[in-house]
Amino acid sequence: MNERLINIFRFASPATFYPLAGRMIPWFVALTVLFGAAGLWLGLFVAPTDFQQGEGYRIIFVHVPASWMSMFIYLVMAFWAAVGFTLNTRLSGMMTQALAPTGALMAFLSLWTGALWGKPMWGAWWVWDARLTSELILLFLYIGFIALTSAIDDPRRADKAGGILLLVGVVNIPIIYFSVKWWNTLHQGSSVSLTRSPSMAAIMLWGMLLMALCFWMYSIALALVRVRGIILERERHTDWAKAILSGETAR
Amino acid sequence: MLNIVMAVMRRDLKLAMRRQADMTAVLFFFVIVVSLFPLGIGPEANLLRKLAPGVLWVAALLATMLSLPRLFADDLKDGTLEQLALAPHPLGLVVLGKVLAHWLVSGLPLALLAPILGIQYDLSTDALIVLTATLLLGTPALSGIGAIGAALTLGVRGGGVLLSLLVLPLYIPVLIFGAGAVDATVAGLGAEGHFSLLAALAFASVGFAPWAAAAALKIALE
Repeated sequence: MNERLINIFRFASPATFYPLAGRMIPWFVALTVLFGAAGLWLGLFVAPTDFQQGEGYRIIFVHVPASWMSMFIYLVMAFWAAVGFTLNTRLSGMMTQALAPTGALMAFLSLWTGALWGKPMWGAWWVWDARLTSELILLFLYIGFIALTSAIDDPRRADKAGGILLLVGVVNIPIIYFSVKWWNTLHQGSSVSLTRSPSMAAIMLWGMLLMALCFWMYSIALALVRVRGIILERERHTDWAKAILSGETAR
Repeated sequence: MLNIVMAVMRRDLKLAMRRQADMTAVLFFFVIVVSLFPLGIGPEANLLRKLAPGVLWVAALLATMLSLPRLFADDLKDGTLEQLALAPHPLGLVVLGKVLAHWLVSGLPLALLAPILGIQYDLSTDALIVLTATLLLGTPALSGIGAIGAALTLGVRGGGVLLSLLVLPLYIPVLIFGAGAVDATVAGLGAEGHFSLLAALAFASVGFAPWAAAAALKIALE
């Protein structure tokens, strides 16, 4: 038990995490390709045409995973921020900054594919539906975090300030979500609803889950690539980082 | 414990009174923004009556935000903030005093000014009363949440714009329930639910936000 704990904390140091991340990236890339290929095959070729929405519904295989990941990544960032405050580890702050662009990308992708899906189905690129609105606000929160951390030059201060913003944001997300939802129902609601028929074909569900796994693995792989860059940038004064940067050790 | 809150509040109020131009500039910003909307969308009374709650509330959000950067910046510049952080009192209480003072010089005058501007929009008496009440109840939440943003962007490049980026998304619930209460009154529905939620937001923000802001200040002072 004790040894296990030490093992985990050993990788909290950027110097030990850097090579570990390097070894993990190919695996996650491989899983991304694997899940992506399987999910796209199921989604584009195997899944039947929807009797209401025709072929257009197939954008669900990108849209829903992107929405899930955009919400999940914010929670993961808040988790790392909390870890950073309680254990005072440098790597946690680096992880939040490495995850933020991917989270923002997922939120944007979710809005964009949503608009593309909405146009043929509802006849409008945008409706003020509760879910669309809260996804837009989530994108604002991501952009706020990225803007704050990139405006502060001292990386440790940027990490901590960003961490506070993340924790404040994560407390506010349910409040924002419910307020938007009630606002939407008070304003007589949009005439269209996002709720699909509950009996989704099992094959569609599987395709969606596989695509969600693909997006998940992709996010991890990209975050690891980005965190390696951040580690090297911040640790460039150390001997081990200098060795890597000058190309003495190929890792 | 209350002493420190009161002392900081009295000090900030005294400073604000000696620089009344700052305070009035924010109020006139509010007046001008609200007056611009009819010029942009036309003088039709029915349309204006429908838009009034949203316009007044959004203008109040923007006006509050304008006054936020000064919440801590002057104290940081002359070293007061460091002394306050070193004082044997919890920094959260100091921030609470500053938040309350900020509300007294920005939120309260905005709320008192709102019914006059509401008349421009042809709002009924009931709607005017509800509008003023929601602003009285909601603006403390704006000051509280805003303090977090002000503390996070303290001494940061481009702090003003950044502040709006951080704070405005967090203001959305206050906006929704504040403007929603007036809307509900105009539509003949009761606004009690909105008021309860607005009060909950105000108490939660004033109670918790100063501590988050204090944590952010400590980081800025490191």
